Amino acid sequence: MSIPADLKYTQSHEWVRLEADGNVSVGITHHAQELLGDMVFLENPTVGRQLAAGEECAVVESVKAASDVYSPIAGEVVAGNDDLEGAPEAINQDPYAAWMFRLKPANAADLDALMDAAAYAAHVEAEAH
Amino acid sequence: MLKHTPLNGKHHEANAKLVDFSGWEMPIHYGSQIEEHHIVRTDAGMFDVSHMLPVDIKGDGARAFLRALIANNIDKLQTTGRALYTCMLHEGGGVVDDLIVYFMSESWFRLVVNAGCADKDLAWMEAQREKLAPRLNITPRRDLAMIAIQGPDAAGKLWAAMPGTRELAETMKPFHAVVVGEMFIARTGYTGEDGFEVMVPNKAAPFFWQALLEAGVKPCGLGARDTLRLEAGMNLYGQDMDEGVTPFDSGLAWTVDMGGERDFIGKDALLRLPRNRQLVGLKLLDRGVLRAHQSVFTAQGEGEITSGSFSPTLNGSIALARVPVGVNLGDTVEVDVRGKRMKAAVVKYPFVRNGKALV
Repeated sequence: MSIPADLKYTQSHEWVRLEADGNVSVGITHHAQELLGDMVFLENPTVGRQLAAGEECAVVESVKAASDVYSPIAGEVVAGNDDLEGAPEAINQDPYAAWMFRLKPANAADLDALMDAAAYAAHVEAEAH
Repeated sequence: MLKHTPLNGKHHEANAKLVDFSGWEMPIHYGSQIEEHHIVRTDAGMFDVSHMLPVDIKGDGARAFLRALIANNIDKLQTTGRALYTCMLHEGGGVVDDLIVYFMSESWFRLVVNAGCADKDLAWMEAQREKLAPRLNITPRRDLAMIAIQGPDAAGKLWAAMPGTRELAETMKPFHAVVVGEMFIARTGYTGEDGFEVMVPNKAAPFFWQALLEAGVKPCGLGARDTLRLEAGMNLYGQDMDEGVTPFDSGLAWTVDMGGERDFIGKDALLRLPRNRQLVGLKLLDRGVLRAHQSVFTAQGEGEITSGSFSPTLNGSIALARVPVGVNLGDTVEVDVRGKRMKAAVVKYPFVRNGKALV
């Protein structure tokens, strides 16, 4: 299973990367894309939107099903990945490069509350049973 | 405990993603559902459809029995091997199942019914047999596996995999079947492409599958089967029709023969019931994906999507929807897609046939 050690994770299968400028990138994990199958559509939150932690804010749709994406932490949306909207299959090909949107965290310390790779691996394992 | 087809081991070997489909452990895809879809449109793919049940009806009076049992007219079948698509109705006109029936001789017809309906179909047919034709034999053929080989290159690759099938099957017209040794080869399918549905004894199935693999036929899962059949405008039982609706509500009027003196189960109800609903094709004009059960808003009233998906061939979203009579081709309707009203065009279906987009 592919779970990079340098990222943070949520129970709802988003990954979070802290960028050099203090913003965070958000995408869905390898495990999530594998469950959903071939991606065909995604809808990002609008730039400027204020999100609460755990707020439903984006949608990914595969051939099979639609799935909500939740904001991992509180913050303001500072960018959406327009390229990805035109080529959602990139989520299947390289889920950790395929960032969906970027947030400016309301509180940088909130990241510490997210799961690390080991905890996320255990979470995926637990969900399988 | 999920049931396994004789090809279950081959699916595990190929690393298929397996799911519960009507109580059977079946492959949904072997990697990419969209790639599998395109392979069937452009080359040749194969599907394990052994969960479906062949049922043999044998004995004197088989034709007369089917004349009453099914809504299409069995008398359309006059040449050996010819196949017919039909619904089987209950007295209220609702659809018990849809099926294909093959005419092999006056004392042998073969039906193929849906996996999810197999038990109730057998019980239903058995009850009708007792009333109408107590001396007939109705035999479920769980000893047979079925592989669908579909796509423009299906014929060539089937001959390559099974030398000896060529002479007999090469001249076979669409919607015909022929028996070659232990194989039952039908030129039928559920994809809108040329292709075959081949029944073989369970024990032979893995060897046949392997031969097809070596001839370059790519395994495809039920995911691709669903997008292919939707593009081809073919109904799926349990989604586009069930016991609560009639064939007329479901775009299947063409499969019902109301003419003449022939009586069949459900005919009275079909004559009596109002025809106020129809099945139409939809093409989404906005960005998103249409899904089953989404509400459709038309000038004539509300309807509902029965099947909806992303169409890999059209690179957009399409659907079948049950809407009030009066909605016409070319109309623009609205669909509630996850809380948003999106626009869709009412279009003629099939959406795709023989690799070509029609809408």
